[in-house]
Amino acid sequence: MISYILRRLAATIPVMLIVAVLVFLMLRLTPSDPAAIIAGDNATSEQILAIRAKLGLDQPIVTQFFTWLGRVLSGDFGNSFFFKKTVWELVSNRIEPTLSLSALTMVFAIAIAVPLGAIAAYRQGTLIDRVVMGFSVLGFSVPVFVIGYVLVYVFAINLGWFPVQGYQRLASGIGPWLQSLILPAVTLSVIYIALIARMTRTSMLDVLSEDYIRTARAKGQTEAKVLFRHALKNAAVPIVTVVGIGIALLIGGVVVTESVYSIPGLGRLTVDAVLARDFPVIQAIILLFSLVYVLINLIVDLSYTIFDPRIRH
Amino acid sequence: MTARTSIAPPAEIVGAPVASRPTVWRKLRKNPSVLLGATIVLIMLFIGLIAPVIAPTDPTAINPAARNLLPLAESSARLEDGTRATIVHLMGTDSLGRDVYTRVLYGARVSILVGITVALVSVAIGTIIGTAAGYFRWLDSLIMRIMDGLMAIPAILLAIALVSLSSAGITTVIIAITVPEVPRIVRLVRSIVLSVREEPYVEAAITVGTPVLPLLIRHVLPNTIAPLIVQGTFVCASAILVEAILSFLGIGIPPETPTWGNIMAEGRQLFRLFPHNILFPGIFLAVTVLAVNILGDGLRDTLDPKMEKRA
Repeated sequence: MISYILRRLAATIPVMLIVAVLVFLMLRLTPSDPAAIIAGDNATSEQILAIRAKLGLDQPIVTQFFTWLGRVLSGDFGNSFFFKKTVWELVSNRIEPTLSLSALTMVFAIAIAVPLGAIAAYRQGTLIDRVVMGFSVLGFSVPVFVIGYVLVYVFAINLGWFPVQGYQRLASGIGPWLQSLILPAVTLSVIYIALIARMTRTSMLDVLSEDYIRTARAKGQTEAKVLFRHALKNAAVPIVTVVGIGIALLIGGVVVTESVYSIPGLGRLTVDAVLARDFPVIQAIILLFSLVYVLINLIVDLSYTIFDPRIRH
Repeated sequence: MTARTSIAPPAEIVGAPVASRPTVWRKLRKNPSVLLGATIVLIMLFIGLIAPVIAPTDPTAINPAARNLLPLAESSARLEDGTRATIVHLMGTDSLGRDVYTRVLYGARVSILVGITVALVSVAIGTIIGTAAGYFRWLDSLIMRIMDGLMAIPAILLAIALVSLSSAGITTVIIAITVPEVPRIVRLVRSIVLSVREEPYVEAAITVGTPVLPLLIRHVLPNTIAPLIVQGTFVCASAILVEAILSFLGIGIPPETPTWGNIMAEGRQLFRLFPHNILFPGIFLAVTVLAVNILGDGLRDTLDPKMEKRA
């Protein structure tokens, strides 16, 4: 098992290396010269050349890549062009809000979507099924920020139940933290619920026609036990897979949701960095999010053995 | 009507079995999802096309005297010939006094243009790369490694990063949305090509010495048409959404261009007082994307029933 985990972990290295090459090339492909950006508008050409030499931009591109990669691997992402801070300072400050929002969203989404999808499959073809499926298509189609603003309008502005915008750090207490995150998390979970509910339904439909379900019923198990113990466990692999793949949607949604709710997380930082053409920050964020995405999907892969012991390597 | 124009021509070009066409066509016409989705998409396309005719004013016309009007409010504006005219603002005006209804109508143009262009370009590029990867073994691992890397970057994030590389504009936005979609098409095409190239009729064609290009076009690629039409439709829906997201975040198409995302971005500051600037374009956007998704679901059910499991 451990050797399998290590092998799978090693298999993510080439993927991340490709991501690193892509991210590095992205910066090189820009028409703008980073040295000129750093030097400012009034810099002389000698000053720019000096900065180029200092940054190693006069080296061959392959050398530059490996120098850059070495620094990144040791946690040094360089300095922000725009904010007078190191990239790591900027990024590390923004991790808590984003992590909180994503975690809460996942909890909401899984808690709502899995039962919904299971019941839709169980009552296939009925009104409940059609409502769930309709919601699922709708969830894919309504943009995150439209959902966000509708929720803000109803629950924050009209009803006053939640703050309109902003984020309370976990250090200021669980209550305020949760209150500031409920609307954003509900907003962000809609598309995720749509995705997971749909896959749960499909996967459960496959499983519910299996012999062991009939056996479970025949030995007098309650329907709830049949559905949520016997069927759901066997339907789990595709569901867990889609939860992992959905992380990509979640990360995209984080960028938008944080902008709608003014949450000072990585998503907001992404938008600010793009507006300021702050390439070192953009690079760091892409590498970070991609690494998280790849690692979560690795964990998902590894979890298959728990849900389906037949999957041995 | 749409179904015929979008389905039939590719089948004719690549010489798919003619006998199956009438049945597919009849199935498509009977499918309620295809009908509903296609109808709404056509209506939006039509709205976009005739926007200059039905819009009451110019989408970029700024009127300082008519800022932040509520829906159905009226304003008078001086026309080009010097006379004054009264305009009813069905959806109110924004903070620069531009008519939101006019901008929403024009917004349909950008959304549909971006959606269709991204779908066509990503399917075209993805088919070429995917066929190359699936057919030429020596290219396969190189191409798929790069695709894996691209797919490891969350799509919207990649689009946002690509937008930052160039100056804002519709071409930049289209390229930025297309790149993250290509790997998915490549994977789809590659998997089909890989399975088809083992088929006896392909091996027979190779044996009789059919050159590579005619072989691919006549015998291999027709198998990709149905899945690609379905996938292309979903790409179109997601491209429309991503364009709106980029514009909404202020990093997409320049703000003076009327797009649904831009109208909403403009409406953000005064959202508490004037929610209609977000509501109306939001409804148009959601309905359009919903229609394209419903169309895609219907196309999948009729053309490619195995797809749900494959994806």
